[in-house]
Amino acid sequence: MLEDDLKKNWRKQWREECVKIVLLLCALISVAATIGIIFVLVKESFAFFIQVSPWEFLFGTNWSPLLMPRSFGVLPLVCGTFLVVAGASLIAIPVGLTAAIYLSEYASPRARNIVKPVLEVLAGIPTVVYGYFALTFISPILQFLFPSAQVFNAASAAIVVGIMILPMVASLCDDSLRAVPDSLRQGAYAVGATSFEVSTRIVVPGALSGIMASFVLALSRAIGETMAVTLAAGATPKLTLNPLESIQTMTAYIVQVSLGDTPAGTLEYQTIFAVGLLLFAITLGSNLIAHQVLGKYREVYQ
Amino acid sequence: MSSNLKKRKFIASAFKITCMSMTWICVLLLAVMLYHVTIEGLPWLSWQFLDNFPSRFPAKAGIKSALWGTVWLISFSAFFSIPLGVAAAIYLEEYAKPGRLSTLIEINIANLAGVPSIVYGILGLAIFVRGLALGRSVLAGSLTLSLLVLPVIIISSREAIRAVPTSLRQAAFALGATRWQTIRHHVLPTALPGILTGFILALSRAMGETAPLVMLGALTYVAFTPEGPMDAFTALPIQIFNWASRPQEEFHQLAAAGIIVLLAVLIIMNGSAILIRHRSLRDKKW
Repeated sequence: MLEDDLKKNWRKQWREECVKIVLLLCALISVAATIGIIFVLVKESFAFFIQVSPWEFLFGTNWSPLLMPRSFGVLPLVCGTFLVVAGASLIAIPVGLTAAIYLSEYASPRARNIVKPVLEVLAGIPTVVYGYFALTFISPILQFLFPSAQVFNAASAAIVVGIMILPMVASLCDDSLRAVPDSLRQGAYAVGATSFEVSTRIVVPGALSGIMASFVLALSRAIGETMAVTLAAGATPKLTLNPLESIQTMTAYIVQVSLGDTPAGTLEYQTIFAVGLLLFAITLGSNLIAHQVLGKYREVYQ
Repeated sequence: MSSNLKKRKFIASAFKITCMSMTWICVLLLAVMLYHVTIEGLPWLSWQFLDNFPSRFPAKAGIKSALWGTVWLISFSAFFSIPLGVAAAIYLEEYAKPGRLSTLIEINIANLAGVPSIVYGILGLAIFVRGLALGRSVLAGSLTLSLLVLPVIIISSREAIRAVPTSLRQAAFALGATRWQTIRHHVLPTALPGILTGFILALSRAMGETAPLVMLGALTYVAFTPEGPMDAFTALPIQIFNWASRPQEEFHQLAAAGIIVLLAVLIIMNGSAILIRHRSLRDKKW
């Protein structure tokens, strides 16, 4: 009898261990995905950097990898990306932050119940829809206002990417503003501060690291944004600061190459991995910064 | 009342009005977008549009292959990503002891969630399409999308599992249940509504993704519906991208009609997620 029981117990334990190992393997798949991404990007980029020096790639000012004479300076693509990101943040940061202040400091529960779902819907709209909107709605308006604007231009891409990251800025800022304890607000009101002074001198500084982290996360999302900029910004890699001209971003270049049938192993094929590696490094860096900032912020009110 | 106080009060009310109008601008933007898409696309929306294959003639073009492609992609992605995501979430919430390994996995998931979707496309192109020689198939597409939504599913499932009260687990342990029995019979059923909500939101994200699929080379003329996992495919967002990137006005309007269909599907999915969340909050017993 006892032996039987022990045997049963042993079986049970064995099954428990099996389950645990299977679950662990599933959790490790996400690690494998990261390793896979890094491995693929580094391996193909390595082949690329044997033929093109990293120095020329990072600091060259002419990007024409598909046409002879070829040139592999990535700066025009980086410049295009940052032109779009800068324009997007000019829209998303002020509007997102003030909307968040309204939501956390002024809005009635009823207004919140309308605005919050609207932000969720805006955040859930696929990026290709934003691209369509930029191309068929924003570009014509821009061309009407500025006759010099091209059909594909950085400004319409920047506006639409700004709208796209707006809900992210607003809801993340709203979360961190609401995490500021009410006692701080009440203290300020008690000494006679107006709502403007409470918001700008007590609440926003109190939530500053959360707000900063939300900006960085939103910008990192804007850097990696693909379909809207592919549709709206054009396909002309150009080192320019004029938002009315057609440009090309890093992501749009990757899409352009993959639309053509580029055989594996060629230098053109490897460029997408080199540009992808740069993109991955930039977004990973900014995400790490955002998490660092957030980690500091969590300690404040505990 | 001193003039200084008047000034401060004026600034305060001006600030309030500014904040308020910025907020309503967000609402207005959504309304303008929906209005624009509806005006452009609605005249093209018909039964024929849903039942025709893409064509060079706008009047004959439809989204049959795109719609079925999306259904295939999402079903396969759900098949791969849901078991993996839930298993990973269970491990992290119920088994993992604090230590290097679990910190590594957690940091990794947080970072994966921030990787741009096009990078997943590059991964899919190199590993699934070329490396495993799956070609531009439904299988390659859905494996790529599964990796893309995996962090989303893990994060939302973890939150749902974490919300299950510890007392429930302790009661099961006290009656002699093993850890796995406790999870299977008590933790998972209790966390199910939360987990389901997360699935639906993750899959609706996958449904709108265009960039990774374009990377795989899915932007080709496909005039058939997939019949197996190895068939070539197109998908709704890809068809929309294809039409929007053509210069002709008619194709832009077709793109708008496609967007209406895509948004309608997404709204139904999100609506059901909200419904599940609402009902489970109502039925909560603790």
